[in-house]
Amino acid sequence: MKIIVCVKQVPSRDAILRINETSSWIQDRDIAYDVNEPDSYAVEEALKIKEKFGGEVVICSLGPERVQVAIKEGLAKGADRGIHICDPALDNLDALAQARAMAEVIGKEGFDLVFTGLQSDDYGFAQTGVILGELLGVPSATIAMAVEVQDGEKSVRVKRELEAGWFQWYQMPLPASISIQSGLNQPRYATLKGIMNAKKKEIRKVTLSDLSISKDLLVPKQKIERVYFPVKSKKTEIIDGSAKEAAAKLVTKLKQMRAL
Amino acid sequence: MSKTVMAKAKIVKGGSFLIEEKKPSEIFTPEDFSEEQRAIAKTTRDFVAGEVYPNRSEIENKNKELLVSLLRKSGELGLLSFDIPEKYEGLGLDKVCSMLVAENLAPAGGSFAVSHGGHTGIGTWPIIYFGTEAQKKHYLPKLATGELLAAYALTEPHSGSDALAAKTRAVLSEDGKHYILNGTKMWITNAGFADVFVTFAKVDGDKFSGFIIEKTFPGVSTGGEEHKMGIRGSSTCTLELNDAKVPVENLLGEIGKGHLIAFNVLNMGRFKLGAGCVGGAKAAMKEAIAYANERHQFNRPISSFGAIKQKLAEMAIRCYGVESAVYRTAGLIDQALEGVDADDNAGILKGIEEYAIECSAMKVYGTEMLDFVADEMVQVYGGYGYSEEYPAAAVYRDSRINRIFEGTNEINRMLIPGMLLKKAMKGELALMQAVKQLMEELLSFPSMDDEEDGVLAEEQKMVRNAKKVVLMVAGSAAQKYMQNISDQQELLMGIADIIMEVYAMESALLRTQKFVEANGEASAELRLEATKVFINDAVDRIEIKARPLLAALVEGDMLRTQIAALKRFTRHTPYNCIQARQRIAAAMTETGKYIF
Repeated sequence: MKIIVCVKQVPSRDAILRINETSSWIQDRDIAYDVNEPDSYAVEEALKIKEKFGGEVVICSLGPERVQVAIKEGLAKGADRGIHICDPALDNLDALAQARAMAEVIGKEGFDLVFTGLQSDDYGFAQTGVILGELLGVPSATIAMAVEVQDGEKSVRVKRELEAGWFQWYQMPLPASISIQSGLNQPRYATLKGIMNAKKKEIRKVTLSDLSISKDLLVPKQKIERVYFPVKSKKTEIIDGSAKEAAAKLVTKLKQMRAL
Repeated sequence: MSKTVMAKAKIVKGGSFLIEEKKPSEIFTPEDFSEEQRAIAKTTRDFVAGEVYPNRSEIENKNKELLVSLLRKSGELGLLSFDIPEKYEGLGLDKVCSMLVAENLAPAGGSFAVSHGGHTGIGTWPIIYFGTEAQKKHYLPKLATGELLAAYALTEPHSGSDALAAKTRAVLSEDGKHYILNGTKMWITNAGFADVFVTFAKVDGDKFSGFIIEKTFPGVSTGGEEHKMGIRGSSTCTLELNDAKVPVENLLGEIGKGHLIAFNVLNMGRFKLGAGCVGGAKAAMKEAIAYANERHQFNRPISSFGAIKQKLAEMAIRCYGVESAVYRTAGLIDQALEGVDADDNAGILKGIEEYAIECSAMKVYGTEMLDFVADEMVQVYGGYGYSEEYPAAAVYRDSRINRIFEGTNEINRMLIPGMLLKKAMKGELALMQAVKQLMEELLSFPSMDDEEDGVLAEEQKMVRNAKKVVLMVAGSAAQKYMQNISDQQELLMGIADIIMEVYAMESALLRTQKFVEANGEASAELRLEATKVFINDAVDRIEIKARPLLAALVEGDMLRTQIAALKRFTRHTPYNCIQARQRIAAAMTETGKYIF
């Protein structure tokens, strides 16, 4: 089994976030970064499958120099090598454009499984995994709570999390792309030995010039208009009229607010 | 790993900071940690947060099985084997890594941190550095995993600081195969569950020697658990040796050379304790800030009041001083050990011993910083700080032991100038020449100080002058008492106080200057504030400490000359420390943690 795990580096949970001058995103100065939480579970799931079936786990990350730390964390835990897609032209693009770059690299690598975290803790789009599946021309499953490789490593059975405590089991052929939900396993700690060994593992750097994507395809189709902190406000409205009239008005209002 | 970020490869002489001016590029700072060092710190932090911290009350309730299983679990991650050479199935990492593990284990609480340190440090080091090939092969791989857990047994009921006055005796058996040991060792950390004890006994009643003892050897037993003020979850018992039969192969080091083991091991334990104190202080600050933000009085969070702001900021400022000095020392040791073979025990010990002055300074200065932080933490919590239901009380109690073990702070204080003078007499350090030059300067007309510019130029001058205070006081003491200085405990302790201030203030200064060189002044704003406050206050403390020392050393015209010189060396325009602390505290309450 060859499993490619896509990891993203996101601001740490306890980072103090400040909005940048153009209100387009947060200031990235002085911020500590961590591996996106569901991505850590994806790494663990890949390592567990490798332990059972053998093969290779490759960590792939797109972003500036600093994301090497996220790749190395995966290598320290036992992944075999890393791919770092690093080009300023690819930063700050939307999920589709970034997935195009990743899909080309991953497609050339070849794979049995591509794992992504369900969504990133920063943008929270939850798109990269499914777009990757589409671009790579393989079936996708999202919100995976269990992954079982079956059928002589020809198919995979995935437990998907639905609403209200419901789950769905879904079987699909390999190769496939799966986005992993947090909590499906217990991510291991990087051992000190693993950390020191990671130094010796290969991290291949890929820049835009190594890819054959036309510039037109890297124009974002989606843009963040404005980032702002939610304004805390409290408004009380007294609804007049008899009980019956007031109740009818209340229902109308709630419907307008889509609370009903 | 650390050498690449330090400018010079030459080995810096221990204690030379007092007579030489160092450049920022010459010191190692926390900003220089490599990716691997940062990753090791993260694993330690994650392990503590995930496995130990949630169990801390269970550990405090003396659940020994849990403590032992957590120690072994930490071994699975490599957290017991970083100091053990690779040849013996350890990781053989550098000292900066050991310090980072110690620092990041501290938030687990005193009980776990002390148990872990007792095993990985003083319990294991004697075998690493003094063991025979066979002893290392036999014990180290098992100590690396935690299959065997270790303890260090030096103190006896009647010999604490005076360790060499131990009464435990060892006599060779008639068949020459065993040493028969008799005696009692006291306050032995990990004794309740340790499998291996490194202990000391006098062969034939006079030759102080080291031994490796296993719990299962005939005649070896442990007493009941002590009821302690703090670190209650750690195991502390006596080790009883009643005709204990120890195979001759388990003699550690040479007969009559036990003192080398005992003192070198404590020496290393001391500098690591400094790092533990930094970690403990950071954890305490986090809790204190969270509480101060949450607790409202007079309709405001108490963190918005000046009284609390000054406390929070001062915790961080003092921690910055210790942290800077601790990692500078680790960097010095790693630099000295670069290229020394993992099997060259004498070479390794020489490298570490070179910085014995700095190690003792870190122990004393670090433990007193943590005690200050713990005390202020209780105060921030107010009444809740006095309740065992809240975390401050345990931090306060746990912190107290640090000033007692690994050599009391008094013993360590006396070691600092003692070792310095010894180095000077051996000609290893040009201290006396520096003193002579200073004395000449004192008697000549004072030169006008040149105005300097650059980042922290004023503070740099203050550090330079503070070193002159050390030379003046230590020089007068050496002149007056010559070889008998070791009897003058009050003077030695006072001189040590000034030396420690100098080391910490210079370390903070150089670290901040190095940071500014790399990142510019704009992003160093609060570091600059912390450094200025720290040095401003340290110089004031030095002046107060030095006055009575001079009065005890010289009189008449000489006293007047030296007091005038002291005034000149400590003169500075007071910095607006109140405002600086307000700014630092504001950043701490916003981020919820130590900010550097």
